[in-house]
Amino acid sequence: MLKRKIMVFLSSKRFLRNKKMKLNELAIKEAQEGLKNKKFSSTELVKSCLAQIKSQNRGVNALITTCEEEALAQAKKADDLIIHSPLSILHYPLIGIPLVIKDNFCTKGIKTTAGSKVLADFIPVYDATVVAKLKKAGAIIIGKANMDAWAHGSSGENSDFGSTKNPYDKESVSGGSSSGSAVSVATNMALAATGSDTGGSIRLPASFCHVVGLKPTYGRVSRYGIIAMASSLDAIGHFTKTVEDSALILKITAGHDDFDATTPKMPVPDYEKNLGASIKGLKLGFPKEYFNTGLNEEIRKKINESLEQFKKLGVEVKEVSLPHTEYALAAYYIIQPSEVSSNLARYDGLRFGLGRENFGDEAKRRIMLGTYTLSSGYYEAYYLKAMQTRTLIKKDFDEVFKEVDVLLTPVSPTLPFKIGEKATDPLQMYLSDIFTVTANLAGLPGLAIPNGKVNNLPVGFQILGPQFSEEKLFQVAYSYEQAKQ
Amino acid sequence: MKKIYNLSEEEVKHVAKLAKLTLTEEEIKKFQSQLSEVLAYVDVLKKLETKEIEPTSQVTGLENIFREDQTGQSLSAKEVLANAKKKNNGLFVIKAIFKK
Repeated sequence: MLKRKIMVFLSSKRFLRNKKMKLNELAIKEAQEGLKNKKFSSTELVKSCLAQIKSQNRGVNALITTCEEEALAQAKKADDLIIHSPLSILHYPLIGIPLVIKDNFCTKGIKTTAGSKVLADFIPVYDATVVAKLKKAGAIIIGKANMDAWAHGSSGENSDFGSTKNPYDKESVSGGSSSGSAVSVATNMALAATGSDTGGSIRLPASFCHVVGLKPTYGRVSRYGIIAMASSLDAIGHFTKTVEDSALILKITAGHDDFDATTPKMPVPDYEKNLGASIKGLKLGFPKEYFNTGLNEEIRKKINESLEQFKKLGVEVKEVSLPHTEYALAAYYIIQPSEVSSNLARYDGLRFGLGRENFGDEAKRRIMLGTYTLSSGYYEAYYLKAMQTRTLIKKDFDEVFKEVDVLLTPVSPTLPFKIGEKATDPLQMYLSDIFTVTANLAGLPGLAIPNGKVNNLPVGFQILGPQFSEEKLFQVAYSYEQAKQ
Repeated sequence: MKKIYNLSEEEVKHVAKLAKLTLTEEEIKKFQSQLSEVLAYVDVLKKLETKEIEPTSQVTGLENIFREDQTGQSLSAKEVLANAKKKNNGLFVIKAIFKK
C-alpha cells in the first residue's frame, strides 16, 4: 500500500517535470536560455504571448493596445539575428523578449493614452528614454497597459478605458495605478512590464497580483518621455515574475540621462552579479508604526511568518520607529495634487490631445485640490507645511538606516478590495497608499515581493532601503525567494 | 445636522475657473463635499510643529545641472506638428487671444 503511494507520488513528480511549460509562462532568464539554445524562436515566444492576450484580455482588461503586427515583425528580426550571429545574445540582453509598456510611457508610433480620454488619439513621435533603452537591448513591445488615468489611483478603476480586473478574483481590483502592467505579467501575457510609482503605483498592484514590483530610487531611472504625474515623486520601475528578472531589467533602464536633470551620474552596478550573496548578519527593521491599527490581521500574520523566515536565514530582525509616519499620507496628498495641477495645466488640446472637458473625475479632483493648496493665501498652510513634513519624514529614514540595513513593511493595509467598493469615496481610496507613499516622499527604493495568499487573494510585503541600495534589496529578496521555493 | 465644509461652493467654482475646468452644478456639489473631506484629513499636519524646519522640495541633493550650450538631435517641425488638430504653414492654429 505504502509502496503504491510512493509510486503514484513519483509518477506525479515526473509528470510535473516533463509537463511542458507554455512559452509565455517563462521568466526572462528561462526564455533567454531557450532562445540561446534554439529550443524555440522569438516568433514562437511572441505568438504564445499573443494567444494568451487573445484568450485572457477580454476578461481582465489589462491592455489598451496590442501591437501584434509590429511585435511579430520584431520577433522575426530577432530570430534572424540569433541565427546569423548567435553571439548577439551577449550584446542584446533582452533580444526577442516580449514586454508590456505602461500607457504613460511615450512609444514612437504607438498610441499612448495615459489611461485618459484627453490623450485618446495621441501618437508620440519619440520614445521615452526607458523605452529606447529596452528596445536597444532587443526587447519587443507587445502591448500598452491599462492604468488609472494619469496614474491617479490605487485600484485601476480610474481608467477612462474601463477597470482592470484582478486575475485571482475578477470582482476585485488589481491595484493601481499600474493595473494593466501587473495583470499582464500575472496572467503571462508578457514576460515583464514597465510601470511608474508616484505613491505606490508599482508596489500596490504587484502585491495585489502576486508579482515582483520594483520602485527604484528617485532619479535612478530617467523620467524623460513618461507622462508626468508629480515630478518630485515619480519613479520609473517594472514588474517581473522573479527577483532575478527585476535586477536584469534595472541594469538596462538605470543610469544618467541628459534629458532628465534629476538622474545623477552615478555608475550602475551589475545588479545580477551579486544576487546570490549571503544575507547572514544583515540587520532588518520592522517599523512599529506600520503595524498599528488598520492593518489586516491575516496580512500581519503573513508578515510575522516572513520575519521568522528571515531569522532562519541568519538575519537580525528588530523593531524600529519612524515617528512621523502618521503625517506622511497627509503631506503626500498635498504635495502630489499640487504637482499634478501644475503638470496637467499643459493639456490644452492645441498641440496634441483633446480638450480639458475630457478629464475624468479623479483628475478633476486632483487638479482642483492642487490648484487650491497652491493658490495665494493657502500656500504656506498647505504646500510649505507639507514640504517641511517631508523633511521630517526623510530624517526619520536617515536615522533608522543608521540602525538597520533595510526595512520590511506591509504594502497595503487590506487585501484586494471589491470593484466599486471605494469608488465613490476618494478619501478611503487614498488611504490604500498609507504604507507606500513614504518611500516616494524620501526618494527611497522599494521592492514588493509576493508572499503567498489569504482567502486565495495575493499578499506581499515591501523591502525599503536607503537611496541607491537596489543591489541590497535584490539580494534580500532573492534569498527570501529561494528559501521559499 | 448641517455638514461643515472646509470649502465653500464659491471656492470650488473659483478653483475650477483658475484650473480651466468646466463643472456642472451636480459636480460642484459632489466635489465640494469630497474635496472638503480630503482637506479635513490633511489638517492633521496642523498638530506638527515645523517652525524651524527647512522645506524639502526634492530629494536628489543635486544642484545646478549644466550642460554645454550645443544643439543636439531634435524633432523636425513636421514631427512636432504631427498631433496638432489644426496647423497651417508649419504653425499651430489656435483661437485668437487678443481682440482686434
